[in-house]
Amino acid sequence: MQKNTTKKSGIGSVLGGLVRNQIFIPIAALLLLVLFNLIVDPTFFNISVDVNSDGYRILSGPIVTVLNFGSELAILAIGMTLVTAASGGQDISVGATIAIAGSVMLRVLCGTNSRPDTLQAPIIVAFLVGCLAAMLAGAFNGVLVAYFKIQPMVATLILFTAGRSIAAWVNNNELPVISDPKFAYFGGFLPGIPIPTPIFIALGCMIIIALVLRFTTLGLYTQAVGINESSSRLNGLNPAFIKFLTFVILGVCVAVVGLIKVSRISSINYSVVAKDIEMDAILAVALGGNALSGGKFNMWASILGAYVIQFLTTTLYKCNVRSDALPAYKAVVVIILVVISTPAVRTWFSKVGKSLKSKLQTKEVA
Amino acid sequence: MLVSENVLEMKNICKSFPGVRALQNVDFKLRAGEIHALMGENGAGKSTLIKVLTGVYSKDEGDIYLDGKVVAIHSPQDAQRVGISTVYQEITLCPNLSVAENMYIGRGTGKLQNWKKQNEDADKILKSLDIPAKATQQLASCSIAVQQMVAIARAVDMDCKVLILDEPTSSLDDLEVQKLFGLMRDLKSRGVGIIFVTHFLDQVYEVCDKITVLRDGTLVGEYSIQEMPRVMLVSKMLGKDLDDMSDIKGEQAPYNGKDASEVVLEAEGLQSDAGIKPFDFYIKKGEVNGFTGLLGSGRSECVRAIFGADRVIGGKVKKNGKIVNINKPIDAMKNGIAYLPEDRKIDGIVGDLSVRDNIILALQVLKGPFKPFSKAEAYKFADEYIKLLSIKTASADTPIKSLSGGNQQKVILGRWLLTHPEYLILDEPTRGIDVGTKIDIQKLVLELASEGMSVTFISSETDEMLRTCSRLVVMRDRKVVGELSGEDLTQNKIMSTIAGGDK
Amino acid sequence: MSKNANTNKVRLGDKMKNMTDTNLLLTITIVVFFLMYIGAVVFQGKGFLKPQTFLNILNANAALIIVSCGLSLVMITGGIDISVGGVVALISMCCAVWLDRKGGNVFTAVLIALGIGLLFGIVQGFLVAYLDIQPFIVTLAGMFFARGMTTIVNTNPFNVENEEFGALKAARIIIPGLGSTTKKGIYVNAYIEIGVVVALLVVLVMFCLLRWTKLGRSFYAVGGNQQSALMLGINVRRTKFLSHVLCGLLAGIGGFVYFMHVGSGSPSHASGMEMNAIASSIIGGTMLTGGVGNIIGTFFGVLSLSTIQNIVSSAGLDQAWWTGITIAAMLCLFLVIQSVVMARKKKSGGKK
Repeated sequence: MQKNTTKKSGIGSVLGGLVRNQIFIPIAALLLLVLFNLIVDPTFFNISVDVNSDGYRILSGPIVTVLNFGSELAILAIGMTLVTAASGGQDISVGATIAIAGSVMLRVLCGTNSRPDTLQAPIIVAFLVGCLAAMLAGAFNGVLVAYFKIQPMVATLILFTAGRSIAAWVNNNELPVISDPKFAYFGGFLPGIPIPTPIFIALGCMIIIALVLRFTTLGLYTQAVGINESSSRLNGLNPAFIKFLTFVILGVCVAVVGLIKVSRISSINYSVVAKDIEMDAILAVALGGNALSGGKFNMWASILGAYVIQFLTTTLYKCNVRSDALPAYKAVVVIILVVISTPAVRTWFSKVGKSLKSKLQTKEVA
Repeated sequence: MLVSENVLEMKNICKSFPGVRALQNVDFKLRAGEIHALMGENGAGKSTLIKVLTGVYSKDEGDIYLDGKVVAIHSPQDAQRVGISTVYQEITLCPNLSVAENMYIGRGTGKLQNWKKQNEDADKILKSLDIPAKATQQLASCSIAVQQMVAIARAVDMDCKVLILDEPTSSLDDLEVQKLFGLMRDLKSRGVGIIFVTHFLDQVYEVCDKITVLRDGTLVGEYSIQEMPRVMLVSKMLGKDLDDMSDIKGEQAPYNGKDASEVVLEAEGLQSDAGIKPFDFYIKKGEVNGFTGLLGSGRSECVRAIFGADRVIGGKVKKNGKIVNINKPIDAMKNGIAYLPEDRKIDGIVGDLSVRDNIILALQVLKGPFKPFSKAEAYKFADEYIKLLSIKTASADTPIKSLSGGNQQKVILGRWLLTHPEYLILDEPTRGIDVGTKIDIQKLVLELASEGMSVTFISSETDEMLRTCSRLVVMRDRKVVGELSGEDLTQNKIMSTIAGGDK
Repeated sequence: MSKNANTNKVRLGDKMKNMTDTNLLLTITIVVFFLMYIGAVVFQGKGFLKPQTFLNILNANAALIIVSCGLSLVMITGGIDISVGGVVALISMCCAVWLDRKGGNVFTAVLIALGIGLLFGIVQGFLVAYLDIQPFIVTLAGMFFARGMTTIVNTNPFNVENEEFGALKAARIIIPGLGSTTKKGIYVNAYIEIGVVVALLVVLVMFCLLRWTKLGRSFYAVGGNQQSALMLGINVRRTKFLSHVLCGLLAGIGGFVYFMHVGSGSPSHASGMEMNAIASSIIGGTMLTGGVGNIIGTFFGVLSLSTIQNIVSSAGLDQAWWTGITIAAMLCLFLVIQSVVMARKKKSGGKK
């Protein structure tokens, strides 16, 4: 790793200084995408006011879509960043645990009947029970990682394999449908408010995590544990507990996402809900320039990374890419982004930049 | 005798990292059959020079000649191929492979692996060098010292022209060091040029022929060992005349408050799961005492037990007369105990975090998770200790891993001083750091004690302990075997107590 | 081995200490597999005693065995490759289209399969080894790319109709002396598919590669400690690159074997195969942290995984979710065993 750092610090130029800043990567990616859309189809940035089926005015347009559907990813990115920082690994079971959380919520709301006319329990109770389920799943992962010292990716492979099956089992493989329109508020619109509710929820989560990072030492602790566990222990920290805690926090994020997901369609499809979202969430963390091997993190870069990924998805849809072919394009873009941000390529860029500069200067002199 | 045959010559070597010029026009000559010490403070450029020579770093300017011919070394493989072998301070072997594999991997021709021959060859070498390991044993199951010896065995077997030993002795005990020296002399007689990097002056004078001194990335000079008295060597390394480093004890009056005779901490039958026998221990207010003994005698394990760093499995601990329960480091910290661990890299620094975060970490943990320091407070603390301990760092935001060893150690020290402990445990605070910082730390210890802090000081260098401690607990084979104070505090007495019997 | 384990605990403890991590985990895997199979025979009836039941496990999982070998290799080197499932699906689809729609022959189809696998290996290996990008990200992108490309090549699943290929697919290798009599009293010979032979060959070759070549040992060295491996004079970048290339190649072979087994192309083919392969490797004693693992273990890992699936379905728990839950439970069990054993070994052994 020593080689890396020397290379990275070998840049030295002004460009290098800018490039070296962590949040540069997601911002650059975002700018590239914006530029692409401006050239290809500037209507991307139009926001129109439509009237939805309930007769309320709502905002619509690709940008609103990005913000709306990016919410889930942004919320997950919060938890995933913490898990990554503290444990140096990723939780790949989030998609499956979202299914569990969603399924549990629906089960509580529906009671024994899978198509009830009225809600069998208040939504808040359902959410809390779902939250508890998600936190339990997180705690399970956390115990394996923190106390049994199993690599996070492997430990969470367990729930990744079993999660959707458990979700189906919770509802006896039936498809509950909620007819109460109130439940659809969380994934849709509150009456009279033209902005999609998930955006508010995501905003709420961001504010909460900002407050948590400001008024607790969670940030310092997770980073210290992620960088040097043994040293953290000798400084009085309990590394195992902190790792465990990050997984439980991720569980809360998962529950919130689960609520939004099931609310969007007032039902659940066990095998499709939040499919591949774990990959997107991990990508968000990586795009934010955070080392997937743990340690230092930048929460805002991760969240920005989440929206960049959603931006990319929406852009691709806009370009008439079929939804099942989407991953191929996404992969290409991701690889380009990551390759550009590697130290080797960055050094090369700054060298090219320097030689260009010196050429210009010699021209000026001439 | 083979004289003045330059087997290796480095000319005008330059290497810079962003913001630092690590090496400036450094020349270095090594003759065949010579043991050549490379000396300098931390950050003087020794490691960089070695890494340039072994191809880990690429040099910016300069040439390397081997047997008079220019060689290009771009990778450790290149270095191996031209006949330069290296044994590093940190073990650079693979823990998951067997001892024999570690000795033979990455060299030799052919694509296939001959296990039988390899194991036989390895066993032969291990035996001839008296290394207590089996060829088929997994490396991770050997002790650190044996692992180091395996690394040396590997280098020895490669028929190298130049052997680089980069602080190989820091984890070896005296006996092992002697064995190593025997090996070095043997190689020397076979005409191998050896570059020996170490901080131990005694060792330099024991085996070396020549000394090259570096300071701040430049060459100070090359000297033969006879024309270079110790004091002069130290002053060359520090770049200033050293008045006297022998007696610093007199400078500080011992603590003489009215509670001077009060016992701050007392342990009875303390035992941890790290394999030490139960031991008793006490320390008074303002006292400096120490644990001494050979490496592996259990001195670190004792203080780790006091701090709760290993799992405590028996015994009573009294703090200021009251029984306290110390099971975890945090318990000890809450009782005003601070512990600077033996291995700075593994247990001390939090590498990627800034100097500031590293300094406030322990106090922050003590304060609790819901009362974080504001940025301004943190900077205030950090700047205070950077100034107080004269830590050389670009800013308080610099990651601690980019500091030199001595400065890293000062940061960790600052971290614990910030918690204002009543009782400070320093386990090898001076290992692997330069002479100047060593003396700074020793002075600081005495100063703190004179202000009423109790300190336990552990060091491999006995003279250092004699300079600082007023009472020594002697250990052998994981047991406390004696206690020395006052008149008994002499080198000889310590040695005989460690050795046991009436020598 | 297992009898010894039960009767003589003290000696086992000693033996454990002296074993390398790789061998220790391998032993656990093999013992557990046999215990499980015996358990299946005892509790699930004689179905498991029929040789064909066992051979069917091989027939159904030949591709998984091959792919898992590649994955173990990358994991031993300290990396990960989660693109293999996608690559297998892409290969199936490409070969299906080539044979069915374009009228190609089987030989070129094999070349296509190997080519695609190699290409993925080379590109991913280059990005991981020479540009220092985290393998998880690279192969994640590789997986997305392969899955996406599969649907771009062809959206709908379809069966291949090609004479030459049909013959190859239907080819059976009879194993003499291992037949069984059906209920109607007809003697049926036990058989394996061609894919199984390929898989066994791959296992053999990979085992020899890892055990008796310098390259194989350097995979372990790099996985054990990358920095050290560099200092020991191993070309770390080349080693990492080669591990990915080999894994890609094996994914190519595995892809064709898979295709031979299913005889169709579909975007949903081999879904979750990467996770099954990772799970098999882990059950087989490969550690994700690198440096520890064995191909024989991986082989038994695949067998254990599919045996448990068979047990579950023959126990009448055939609702879809039970398979997922049992595999997960088994993975969990193995991980915990490994973690506990390794921790205990560390305590008793590695002290100074």
